[in-house]
Amino acid sequence: MAVSETDVRHIAALARLGLPEGRIGALVAELNGILAHMEELSKVKTREAVPVAGVAAGGMPLREDTGPPLPLARARDRFAPAVRDGFLLVPRLATHTAAGAVADAGGDAAELPE
Amino acid sequence: MSATAGRSGAERAGGAVVTDAYEMVVGLEVHVQLKTRTKAFCNCSTDFGAPPNSNTCPVCLALPGTLPVLNARAVELATRAAIGLECEVHTTSIFARKNYFYPDLPKGYQISQFDRPLATGGCLRIGTTAAGAPIAVGITRVHMEEDAGKSIHDRFAEATAIDLNRSGVPLIEIVSEPDMRSAAEAGAYLRTLKQLLEYLDVSDVSMEEGSLRVDANVSARPRGETKLGTKTEVKNMNSFSGVERALEAEFRRQCGVLARGGTVEQQTMLWDGARGEVRPARSKEGSHDYRYFPEPDLPPLVLKDEWVARIRKELPELPAARRERFAADYALGEYDVQELTASPAIGEYFEGVARQHGDAKAAANWVMGEVRAALNAGGVGIDQFRVRPADLARLLDLVRDGQVSHSAAKRIFAIMVQTGDRPEQVAEREGLLQEGDDAALAGWIDEVLSENPAEALRYKNGERKLQGFLVGLVMKKSKGRADPKRVNQLLAARAGA
Amino acid sequence: MSVDFAAMSAAHLRDAVAANEVEPGAAVRGSFARSGAVGAGRDGLNAIIWADAARSTREADALAERVNQAQGSRAPHGSGRELLGVPVAVKDNIATLELPTTCGSHILEGYVSPFEATVVSRLRRAGAVVVGKTNMDEFAMGSSTEHSAYGPTHNPLDPTRVPGGSSGGSAAAVAAGVVRIALGSETGGSVRQPAAFCGVVGVKPTYGRVSRYGLVAFASSLDQVGVFGASVDDAALAMEVLAGLDPLDATSADVPVAPYRATAHESVEGLVVGRPKEYFPESLPPRMRERCDRALAALEAQGAVVREVSLPHTDLAIPVYYIVAPAEASSNLARFDGVRYGLRVQGDGLRGMYEATRSAGFGPEVTRRILLGTYVLSAGYYDAYYKKAQEVRGLLAGDFAAVFGSGVDVLFTPTTPTPAFRIGAVSDPYEMYLNDIFTATANLVGVPAMSVPVGRIDGLPVGGQLMAPHFREDVMFRAAYALERALGEEAHR
Repeated sequence: MAVSETDVRHIAALARLGLPEGRIGALVAELNGILAHMEELSKVKTREAVPVAGVAAGGMPLREDTGPPLPLARARDRFAPAVRDGFLLVPRLATHTAAGAVADAGGDAAELPE
Repeated sequence: MSATAGRSGAERAGGAVVTDAYEMVVGLEVHVQLKTRTKAFCNCSTDFGAPPNSNTCPVCLALPGTLPVLNARAVELATRAAIGLECEVHTTSIFARKNYFYPDLPKGYQISQFDRPLATGGCLRIGTTAAGAPIAVGITRVHMEEDAGKSIHDRFAEATAIDLNRSGVPLIEIVSEPDMRSAAEAGAYLRTLKQLLEYLDVSDVSMEEGSLRVDANVSARPRGETKLGTKTEVKNMNSFSGVERALEAEFRRQCGVLARGGTVEQQTMLWDGARGEVRPARSKEGSHDYRYFPEPDLPPLVLKDEWVARIRKELPELPAARRERFAADYALGEYDVQELTASPAIGEYFEGVARQHGDAKAAANWVMGEVRAALNAGGVGIDQFRVRPADLARLLDLVRDGQVSHSAAKRIFAIMVQTGDRPEQVAEREGLLQEGDDAALAGWIDEVLSENPAEALRYKNGERKLQGFLVGLVMKKSKGRADPKRVNQLLAARAGA
Repeated sequence: MSVDFAAMSAAHLRDAVAANEVEPGAAVRGSFARSGAVGAGRDGLNAIIWADAARSTREADALAERVNQAQGSRAPHGSGRELLGVPVAVKDNIATLELPTTCGSHILEGYVSPFEATVVSRLRRAGAVVVGKTNMDEFAMGSSTEHSAYGPTHNPLDPTRVPGGSSGGSAAAVAAGVVRIALGSETGGSVRQPAAFCGVVGVKPTYGRVSRYGLVAFASSLDQVGVFGASVDDAALAMEVLAGLDPLDATSADVPVAPYRATAHESVEGLVVGRPKEYFPESLPPRMRERCDRALAALEAQGAVVREVSLPHTDLAIPVYYIVAPAEASSNLARFDGVRYGLRVQGDGLRGMYEATRSAGFGPEVTRRILLGTYVLSAGYYDAYYKKAQEVRGLLAGDFAAVFGSGVDVLFTPTTPTPAFRIGAVSDPYEMYLNDIFTATANLVGVPAMSVPVGRIDGLPVGGQLMAPHFREDVMFRAAYALERALGEEAHR
């Protein structure tokens, strides 16, 4: 399965990597070189995966719904790039239009600039 | 009002009759915030309304090196919801990462569940058809996930403001089968679901506060067709009626497209409640590539059978069961039953009164009448109501025993609402206790008759219409404390004698 | 009288401090002096990239309080004295409160974590003093410590050569005598391989043995904090302090921690040591084979029994590793977006900011791996690549289970095919990946593994690798102690 320039641009977009045009060609070659070595896996017969690390035989450990929050040794504005009135600031979405709502419902936002 | 089809891709509600040829098919995805004290994966508080980013910590800020640890209570509430929705609960389920970039998603992925969810295969009964056939909407799955933060676009001119207080709050996502066939059914589903989740006590389920959110999937197909049409996703509805209106609008739009011989594009539509229209979200069509893979920071969630059994056993009484029980035990009619089971708290209140007082109908009338009016006027919920069920029962006892008149009772009740005082206290203080003692009443009757000999004679000789006048005088003499019912009886007996 | 702290094991040092024979701050001062003398810092070997001598020394001096509470030299677990006064270096992808945590990346330049890693808390609770953060391949992706935004680290034994990676700075700090104990991290061999290249001991614990809370994630199902020691005993002591369940890490194991140092003088009579043939291929350079077989002979002379075994799926380890690790990394590194911390570069709107920040902040190897990882997870490729690789991982685990289940107590292999190569010598990415060929299996399967010096080739150190069943670090250490004892000075020839 060879990777093309279009593929690399698409993956870079998914990963928000901002690749300079000049790098694309080299990356195509590098990735194809690496992926070529992975082809041997397709020849191996396997069954459905069983979790390997096997750490928690009893399943996931849970925590109680109580207790103090984890502390921050420094206030947010000491490490956050842009803070105002307690909010974290980011550039406005280039494609955003408020469809009657001032706040996104969050989660799977409709305005994802894919 | 003509349909303004095609302009800016917006379709106004209230269009052509073309929709009659098509059937609406609706599935709903509902996100519900679980009412835990702390977040899903960290100990930050889930309190609503805190200053921006004050309920955050290294974990929910996604600082480098942090790890998620799952909240046991969230698992319990999610399981309870799944059982209440008649799902099969999977004793082993797996969390997965849903990867995408958005500023209110700190890790750049959401921890959710993908192909091994907590529960599948349930159902919600939402009423009956006109013919009386029950309508059951299938529940495809219930899974656990974490909420994202909030992006606020209009607070600052040149920037979007991000508040991560909500990031990491535990959610369940309830996905229905595409079993609904009208906006009304969708509305019924939502109302029934909200009520069920309230009874299960797993969430505040408030759309206004954001603890319940709805996304809809809707498609149209020619009537009689069994294959599903292409569906679109509709988002940004802020109320149940908004959902209904949005579904109508989108269905109308799709019918328009199909009627013109076109094909419906799979895309996301946003509801604009102010304008009453749907329009495409400005993002690329087609589904996002979320690159789901099992969350390596969380081993599989394994639930012990005994634990699930205990949750099932300890499930609170659900609406359907309570409706049946109220109808049977209290001989209440359908309207009363619906009203008194609208919320679990109202039902509990009613029962508190009815059990103590004994006359369920009287209790029902008072709860649906005076109590509800007082709650509305005061803008409070039943949990903040100052009149305890036992005290209302006592008040009703006083009325039944003739110790206060019905109108006095209303005045006493109004005072109890303000003060929370016991009814006997209020009645005495306000001098509203009726005199029901026959001897005292006889005494006043005697006085009135002797002070009004002419009328007394005429009454004795058969002028029944003077009864009201004489009773009125007795009431005045007793300063309103005489029980008018009893006075009437005694006076009538005298006349008969 | 000046004490040569570099020659004193951590246990001896802490005993001396606890017994008031040595000032608590003495070894820390000695460490900084040594660092200056060998040029361990940014203008020399570039092993230690962030340090604050004044603060570390103050911290060490303040330990005097704990000395006064000390009764004798035994320091049981949890006593607060297990590492009293011992200077340690910490890899720069482990969160510390005062020194930066940059992960060798430009994207975290100047970032000082507002919380501390569990392993660092445990070290400090035991009385250790962090004397510096060490250089590393960016986000732990590399096998040479040439891919750091802060310059390459030089191998103290030959500064024209690499120290190995990604934990090259920590390995070099121990090899240069600046510290006896240093923390690193392991994902595919990033502690064992540099340990072998630098002639020191390097340990990767069982997956889940040590908390990952505060270790900046690279590949979550493979990552573990690892330990470098100037001797087996130093590494064992550090492991005793670090190991154990952490409620902040849901993948950490609720398994009791054995007293690893108690195995120090145990006999290896009857210990069955497996020699897997796939790790001694035809292509293995003869002198490497000879050093390893010499080590095995030394163990045999102590009563161990060497047995030829097979781990048949070994050659699948690198393809599996280079699918699973980048896939998980591509997701773990999504949080570096300029929104909440670290570098932010303005761009055209939000999307532009993401891309400008990440392209300016990540180096070429990280970029390559994120692309690879994103690709193997993407729609249409997940089943063929990621899912398949995870299944093959199960086959690898099966190899180990079969061998350990057949009566083999530990496995012994070369740690690397060759000694340290020259800086700049390896430019092909896949060729660099092959450095992990003997080490990656242990990460994929989760078993504990360690590298112990077994000799020199042309004056350059080479290491032998021991692997044990899950949570059997005790057996692994027993064999390591015995090997160290048996080889003696031969290990450095």
